[in-house]
Amino acid sequence: MHTVGTKVQRVDAVAKVRGQAKYVDDLSTENMLVAKVFRSTVANGWVKSIDVSKAKALPGVELVVTYEDVPRIPFTTAGHPWSLDPEKQDVADRLLLTQRIRFYGDEIAAVVAVDELTAKKALELIEVEYEEYEPILTVEDALKEGATELHEGTGNILKKTEWQVGDLEAAFAKADCVFEDEFVTSRVQHCHLENQISFAYQESDGRIVVVSSTQIPHIVRRVVAQALGIPWGKVKVIKPYIGGGFGNRQDVVQEPLNAFLATLTGGRPVKLEYSREENFTTTRTRHPIHFKIRTGVMKDGTIVARDLEAISPIGGYASHGHAIVANAGTKYRSLYSQEAIRYKGTTVYTTTPVTGAMRAYGIPQVKFALESHIEDIARAIGMDPIAFREKNLVKEGWVDPISGNRVNSNGIRECIKRGRELIRWDEKKAQLKNQTGPKRRGLGMACFSYNSGTYPLFEIAGARIVLNQDGSVQLQIGATEIGQGADTTLGQIAAEAMGIPFDKVHVISTQDTDVTPFDTGAYASRQTYVSGMAVKKAGEEVKAKILERAHRMTDIPLQALDVVNGWVVWAHSGEQVMSVEEVAMDSYYNELTAAPITADVSNNCRVNSFSFGCTFVEVEVDMPLGKVEILEIYNVHDSGKIVNPLLAEGQVHGGVSMGIGYALSEQLLLDQKTGRPLNGNLLDYKLGTIMDTPDIGVAFVETYEPTGPFGAKALGEPPAITPAPAIRNAILDATGVKFNELPMNPQRLVEKFKAAGLI
Amino acid sequence: MQTRNITFTVNGKEVSVNVDVRESLLEVLRNRLHLTGTKKGCEVGECGACTVIINGETVDSCIYLAIWADGKEIRTIEGEEKNGNLSRIQQAFVDEGAIQCGFCTPGFVMSATVLVESGEKLSREEIKKGMAGNLCRCTGYQNIVRAVEKVMEENLQAK
Repeated sequence: MHTVGTKVQRVDAVAKVRGQAKYVDDLSTENMLVAKVFRSTVANGWVKSIDVSKAKALPGVELVVTYEDVPRIPFTTAGHPWSLDPEKQDVADRLLLTQRIRFYGDEIAAVVAVDELTAKKALELIEVEYEEYEPILTVEDALKEGATELHEGTGNILKKTEWQVGDLEAAFAKADCVFEDEFVTSRVQHCHLENQISFAYQESDGRIVVVSSTQIPHIVRRVVAQALGIPWGKVKVIKPYIGGGFGNRQDVVQEPLNAFLATLTGGRPVKLEYSREENFTTTRTRHPIHFKIRTGVMKDGTIVARDLEAISPIGGYASHGHAIVANAGTKYRSLYSQEAIRYKGTTVYTTTPVTGAMRAYGIPQVKFALESHIEDIARAIGMDPIAFREKNLVKEGWVDPISGNRVNSNGIRECIKRGRELIRWDEKKAQLKNQTGPKRRGLGMACFSYNSGTYPLFEIAGARIVLNQDGSVQLQIGATEIGQGADTTLGQIAAEAMGIPFDKVHVISTQDTDVTPFDTGAYASRQTYVSGMAVKKAGEEVKAKILERAHRMTDIPLQALDVVNGWVVWAHSGEQVMSVEEVAMDSYYNELTAAPITADVSNNCRVNSFSFGCTFVEVEVDMPLGKVEILEIYNVHDSGKIVNPLLAEGQVHGGVSMGIGYALSEQLLLDQKTGRPLNGNLLDYKLGTIMDTPDIGVAFVETYEPTGPFGAKALGEPPAITPAPAIRNAILDATGVKFNELPMNPQRLVEKFKAAGLI
Repeated sequence: MQTRNITFTVNGKEVSVNVDVRESLLEVLRNRLHLTGTKKGCEVGECGACTVIINGETVDSCIYLAIWADGKEIRTIEGEEKNGNLSRIQQAFVDEGAIQCGFCTPGFVMSATVLVESGEKLSREEIKKGMAGNLCRCTGYQNIVRAVEKVMEENLQAK
């Protein structure tokens, strides 16, 4: 392969390093109006009365709207593909503005003014009276007798999922030992550097244009139209460069309200930009999940039975709510095999910040529980934790009994071997025996499996290629660049499929739903795999058309020709016949046969593949300080063929650093009396700085995934999955103390070390 | 609204602008001078996306009043490229894979520029300290540090 597998430079690197890449706010115009949202200062209740007259009277205020002024159309913000089956559609439980308050910061009214300062002043002039109820901050609060219902008729339960494979009771009865435990994960936030932002305007024909920092432009188009009750074709969404997403922008957070406001301003564009504080607490957060786990094992270390219950407080609105807890169940099936397995997942409405998609969609949570539990079992039965895992890992050919997805490539064992070597596991294990004193070192590891996209759920991707006169192409994709490098990776796949040099592929980065091929967007680590298939298909179609024309131009038999490095060549020898440019010119200007070469394809992907990998970490725990220092950390991934090693390495760096934050420091705190967020800013929310982030080692075990484009499978989200359980296991190794709750911050550590008599 | 005329140098060119006395330098750069390479990530000096160089020192332009810039020399990301060539630190960011979503990149480049122009060979810890005011969520900072180290190595060899 010429391009796939090479470290080509990011297509957007120069624009970004020059400060020329345009993000949403960089495209705003001078006459733009500014919108601000008036938010509740209670977590649970009703607006008894609202007076906006003073706000309206403020000079410079164009518009004030409240819950009384918005369409009575419930909608969902979850960024899933639409389903024709009403049973599978997301729960539509929101209005654009609400009288019923369901979390601290809920959206009651909106102001549109000539500038930001005026809009903020107007917010201060809105007077509101609440009927206030007790905040519901936990699952227990939500389900207790007499709890107020956040959504009528639900009993505060969004949904329950349950499945079982095999005879669970028989398998547990057969087990030599049964282990039970509980694990709790924390509420964290994406913290993409660019806050949530959009602007919207109405064109003279009445169509609404929304320019948004989204990962899912085609889905935003649909949701905006649904929320406003207008035909989908009346909405156009434009997605320029965006400053990170990590799943938060797989939710249609503010675009529907922004679009609605734009219909009321006589055509003037309206900008709706969230502050950092709003971004923390009123966009989306990662689900905290409480797990109860039970595992039956034989004396020889064979896992025979597993049972897992998960329950999550999902916040005031459904959003992705249940899908994430359900996904945690799906991925719990696919790393180790056993005779019988059961999962129960429950999602509960609470008056807390709304949860949604965040890098790896439920899996960092479930793998924290699972890989911690597995470690404890191995230690309890006196087995080496790595050997215990290896004994039970799924093998190639394993088929998920529910999804039907098959493991066609599996490098997990090789990943573990590499990780073990990189960290010098065996050598250090021997050295670390019999430690005493306040500082102790330990080693830990954890494994994961992950999917490439969402199949058997709906998967579709689109790509369009136009061959230019000079032999270069435009590549247009529905897949979205959000920082992860999708434009570059898909450009490489296109170049490889066509046989032209990478620098002849001009990737159109901006999505515009009027002209961009249909694709559901950036999530589920799907784009290299699913959108890559569409790009490869389009590239192959263009190549076939180049060859066909070259054959007609030369009379050389079709099967004797190939395209290599921008040239039509004799396939057997590589001898050049003519340049692609020459073929392209003929396709444009041959007076008899002109027909410019293009391809416009869609790929309904009906397959999936499993990515694998692991984290190995060495920590030093300062017990009196409750401080964990990461001495060495390695992530080893089987993501199939690595399309761009430099970008892939960068994905792993970022994911691991996010995983370290999840393990040790990050947690969005709420006041336990009022539900008010306590640390929703970048100073108090302990996001890792450059000083806090250790050197991160990366390795790839390149398998060949037969279903993926050029052998590739998912990479984007997986690096964030296993750092937390690996660090937890390393702390256990160092101190003998089990931490079953995230984050493992100094306070929690000191408390447990005290209880254990270690300090 | 109280306004004031201020004059300062931006990327080597003198500009005079009538500003609202409450405006931040970031707002003036972005909204009035259309230098949108400098980004806004928090508006309270926490994230460093708005970092510019004022009289040789890095500053969060979001918490620096525009009127304070009167008479000063300001460098923004737009001025770092000379005659169509990226600065060495910009090029190192590109080559080392230090750029992902790119939103923090201009701020990081400005912080890194001051470090590499100091002429000192800083340790990895010192480099990190020098960029501790800039947050990045995409890269885990690894390749950013690598880019700075690369340019420092080259500086050392050139001496």
